[in-house]
Amino acid sequence: MKTYDFNDNYIIDIDAENAIETDNVQVSYGKNQAIFDTSLEFPRFKIISLIGASGSGKSTYLRCLNRMNDKIATVTGKIMYRNVDINDPKTNVYEVRKHIGMVFQRPNPFAKSIRENIQFALKENGIHDKNELEERLELSLQDAALWEEVKDELDTSALALSGGQQQRLCIARSIAMKPDILLLDEPASALDPISTSKIEDTVQLLSKNLTVIIVTHNMQQASRISDYTAFFHMGHIIEYNETRKIFTNPKIKATEDYISGDFG
Amino acid sequence: MHPKRTDKIATGIIFCIVATVVLILAFLLGYILMNGVPDITWHFLTSQAQSFSAGGGIRDQLFNSLYLLILTLIISFPIAMGAGIYLAEYAKDNWITDIIRTSIEVLSSLPSVVVGLFGYLLLVNQLNFGFSILSGAIALTFFNLPLLTRNIEESLNSVPDLQKEAGTSLGLSDWKTITKIIIPEALPGILTGVILSSGRVFGEAAALIYTAGQSAPTVSYTNWNIFSSSSFLNPMRPAETLAVHIWKVNTEAVTPDAAAISAGSSAVLIIVILLFNLSARFIGNRIYKKMTAAK
Repeated sequence: MKTYDFNDNYIIDIDAENAIETDNVQVSYGKNQAIFDTSLEFPRFKIISLIGASGSGKSTYLRCLNRMNDKIATVTGKIMYRNVDINDPKTNVYEVRKHIGMVFQRPNPFAKSIRENIQFALKENGIHDKNELEERLELSLQDAALWEEVKDELDTSALALSGGQQQRLCIARSIAMKPDILLLDEPASALDPISTSKIEDTVQLLSKNLTVIIVTHNMQQASRISDYTAFFHMGHIIEYNETRKIFTNPKIKATEDYISGDFG
Repeated sequence: MHPKRTDKIATGIIFCIVATVVLILAFLLGYILMNGVPDITWHFLTSQAQSFSAGGGIRDQLFNSLYLLILTLIISFPIAMGAGIYLAEYAKDNWITDIIRTSIEVLSSLPSVVVGLFGYLLLVNQLNFGFSILSGAIALTFFNLPLLTRNIEESLNSVPDLQKEAGTSLGLSDWKTITKIIIPEALPGILTGVILSSGRVFGEAAALIYTAGQSAPTVSYTNWNIFSSSSFLNPMRPAETLAVHIWKVNTEAVTPDAAAISAGSSAVLIIVILLFNLSARFIGNRIYKKMTAAK
């Protein structure tokens, strides 16, 4: 693999209201630094893709945004969300995660019924009104395009669903919390093409009401669904631009090489 | 050699080994049951043991075994649960954890007679508990704890980490995630472990001879005052269990029907343990289905 100059980068400033932004975020696992000086802005109600080769640090970076790296890695720098630095050790991480939801690469529904999967966290967070619970159940499943498929079997085990359905259930479970931001860590990489396209439709629908940051290996996916794209390479952010521009006219050689399939 | 032939020979050898294991087990079980079951009568199960005359039963021994088992579980389960949760969910991968794990392994391979003698010195003599159900239950806790802890840890570890991440990402605390998501999912495994260890505890004799004692004083099953020395619930009274009874009948009994009592008691012991095992499977499956809403 060629070596690139990590200082050679192109990162746009976006003139819009930001959902979240990071300021000089660095991540290290023990002595190994995984992310170097990353400053990015994520505008509200947009879909932003993080792309890059395996090990480029894009998932690690994503997990910083709702403090999922706590106890796993050391994260320094500022992560500003609603004028609060959520990377401050004093921040209430549980509160942060209610506002910034996450869906993982492999579907991980709880070993409970479909209804309980959605309502469990709601109840734990103090929602006990039956109507409210039922309403959120239905709305979130509809938003995740799963309602029609499961409405008659809400009390059966979520583990009996197919992989694609399970992943949409996980998305529904996250959005039932009414988050501001949804982080998706390669949500479709374990799924077949049909399930993948359903997830993509869901994501696009969701971006009307929330900000979606999605890590993906699939460059077609990034170009299909996202408004902005950030390209990571070896822990450095190399290029951040509108998706259209990054795929048609990349400014940096490393980006161009990656999207044309030279490495990764 | 031809691969097909190698495969056939290997399969044949493995089959023979399995058959040997099954045959030995079937023979032992069959022998004990065939010898013992004819001696089990209602009278045998519900009357007191006799020291000199024939016709003694095992009522008190059977009760003592069950009571001791329950007390042992009351003491050992919470400790094992706490230790198991710590090891599975909180322990860092460092030398302290390694030492804890090694200690548990060493403790689990301790001969039960050593546990019994240790219990005798510490509990019976030093702490003045005397030969009592309490001494027995604590000694059995030493004996039961390592395996139970290991079992709980493994059951918790068998729940994928992804489940924990899911809970965390929904804003739940570690404790909530563990108690409401991980433990329910691990419950069938934990329960199976508890019931299987119950079987071991139920059949244990060596650790009890020196702690719970070898005598079964006359107790009243209508006296519910646990502080009264004649109450069946009094944990400070000596209590001969079924397994100890079998040992005693075979070593020093003078009753004319000692052989029959021994055979009958052994059969009862085996049957109870079989029931534990079968119920472990049944209850484990039922609970899993209930927890996961799987039909």
